[in-house]
Amino acid sequence: MNFFENFRIALRALTANKLRSGLTMLGIIIGVAAVVALMAVGKGATSGITSQVEGLGTNVITVSTARFFREAGSTTQTLFYADYETIEEEVGSLAKTTPYFQIQASVVNGDRQADYSVTGVTSNFASVNAYTVSRGRFITQQDNLGEARVAVIGSQTSQDLFAGLNPLGRDIQINGISFSVVGVLASKGTSGFSSQDDVVLIPLETGYSRLFGGRAFSGGRRTLSGITLSALDAEQVDSIIAKVEYTLRREHSLTLRDDLGFSVTSQSQMLSTLSSITGTLTALLGAIAAISLLVGGIGIMNITLVSVRERTREIGLRKAVGARRNIILAQFLVETLTLSILGGLLGTLLGVAIAWVVSLSGLIAATVTVDTVLLAFSSAALVGLFFGIYPAYQAAGLRPIEALRYE
Amino acid sequence: MIEVENLKKIYRLGDSKVRALDGVSLQIQDGEMVAIVGPSGSGKSTLMAILGCLDTPTKGTYRMDGQAMEKLSDNQLAMIRSRKIGFVFQQFNLLPRTSALENVMLPLSYNGVKGKTRQEKAQSALEIVGLSDRSRHHPNQLSGGEQQRVAIARALVNEPSLLLADEPTGNLDTHTGADIIRIFQNLNRERGQTVVYVTHDSFIARHTNRIIKIEDGKIVGDEKVENPIEAGMPRLDDVLAPAHRDEGKAGQVL
Repeated sequence: MNFFENFRIALRALTANKLRSGLTMLGIIIGVAAVVALMAVGKGATSGITSQVEGLGTNVITVSTARFFREAGSTTQTLFYADYETIEEEVGSLAKTTPYFQIQASVVNGDRQADYSVTGVTSNFASVNAYTVSRGRFITQQDNLGEARVAVIGSQTSQDLFAGLNPLGRDIQINGISFSVVGVLASKGTSGFSSQDDVVLIPLETGYSRLFGGRAFSGGRRTLSGITLSALDAEQVDSIIAKVEYTLRREHSLTLRDDLGFSVTSQSQMLSTLSSITGTLTALLGAIAAISLLVGGIGIMNITLVSVRERTREIGLRKAVGARRNIILAQFLVETLTLSILGGLLGTLLGVAIAWVVSLSGLIAATVTVDTVLLAFSSAALVGLFFGIYPAYQAAGLRPIEALRYE
Repeated sequence: MIEVENLKKIYRLGDSKVRALDGVSLQIQDGEMVAIVGPSGSGKSTLMAILGCLDTPTKGTYRMDGQAMEKLSDNQLAMIRSRKIGFVFQQFNLLPRTSALENVMLPLSYNGVKGKTRQEKAQSALEIVGLSDRSRHHPNQLSGGEQQRVAIARALVNEPSLLLADEPTGNLDTHTGADIIRIFQNLNRERGQTVVYVTHDSFIARHTNRIIKIEDGKIVGDEKVENPIEAGMPRLDDVLAPAHRDEGKAGQVL
């Protein structure tokens, strides 16, 4: 009695009751498909967010008043333009630095109107944030010195406001003030929550004098939304963060015990925070899917118990003609394993198909990885084994004389 | 050779004890054809189960070919069943959706006989019962008598020391039943096959060479049959009042 023979017996038993076997397998199919599809969606979302954060540019450090995560009781400090100047003095040899001030504003071109983040920037904003200009030019030092009313827009903004027409030289109204479009940024690619392509950039000085109004000033001093730094050497990122934090404490008269009130984060810190969040999310999705796999397993156990009951006389006969305990045990285990492995295969195919459809819909680029498939597949097999053992033991333990007389 | 000494089998039903076998002793020599006769509930099926190593006695000893059976483990008993005993049941007990040949091959597969030898042995067992041309048929394509002959081939295929038949004609009409009895007689006479034939019917019992009567778990008679009836001879009561006994009873697969 080898495995192949057992497998043939199993197939014969399963095909004898096709509808029942199919329905039992459906439980496993749905479970495995759910695991594969949900994990793929989770991983797709993770890699989407990761690639977006990476798109910010390598070696990037952001200083901002807004924290990514606010701890309870933390105080918020105001970031001044003067802080930027001090930081530039302290770490300017190690990193390119660029200040910005951001508001939400209504942007109008003719009858097209939308709300955008409008950011006041300096000329090195593009290089620090790894933006490139696809058409026209970027904001220059000259624009800032002359407080020129010019704007550089993102590729998505250009699409929204100009619908494919050439925006260069055209005017847009930002909060009712007219700006001339001088450049369009190349697309950085969008995936995940917020796009980096629906931006509107203007000269920082122009913003202070014409657009931002009183909210950009605190006690008569210019404030900033944030400062972006791009380390020249990736090795230096941590020491730059330390220097920036030290500078900010000094400038704002904060001791080491005081809460800093600013967030100084590197891209890699943000990345690890984000990936731990999405990792948890993926695990959660997988766990929910695993529950349906568990339910499928219970279905297998249920139907195998019924099958043992129905085939009691067959089991009795097999024992009467010399089948040992372990042979009967193996026969039923092979049956449940066949169900679960076949279900695992079909479920994997279905899961991949679902992931493919989700990707086609453009919501999330679901990525099916080999380890997801292996995980789903092996857990299906484990479920079959686990839930098959009890019924198989029942069958193997039947006394032949009683089994033969069973009606 | 089978030696049974003071065999007892006691079942517990709630608080009461049922003595299915109450001190049975007997010997069966190789090459005998013995009928065990008794009404239902007499303990003859229990005796058959113990002789067939399907069950173990509560007390007493059972030796087959000199080997003690009463203390063997389940797996050892399974091995004895596979090598030394062939069963034929009233209800045929063939596996459905499985060809006659594969049904006959089943005991060989549990006995470790491989591929080609397995097929050849099964085919020659089917030849003995005259069914070699039906080897590819499934049980539902065979008549009751043919199904029982497949079952006999299955019992023979491991060349058992003991062939145990439990009311093998119970589900067959008289004519077909006679054919089956003839097969047992031929096996016994031509091949020296030891046969133990359990029945409640004393007419069928007189086809054998020895009748052991059992009642209430005890042997109440053990006699030689001087002139065994040849299979196919009519019953006396059938001659007087030819009624269609036992006809049309359907066979059963599992």
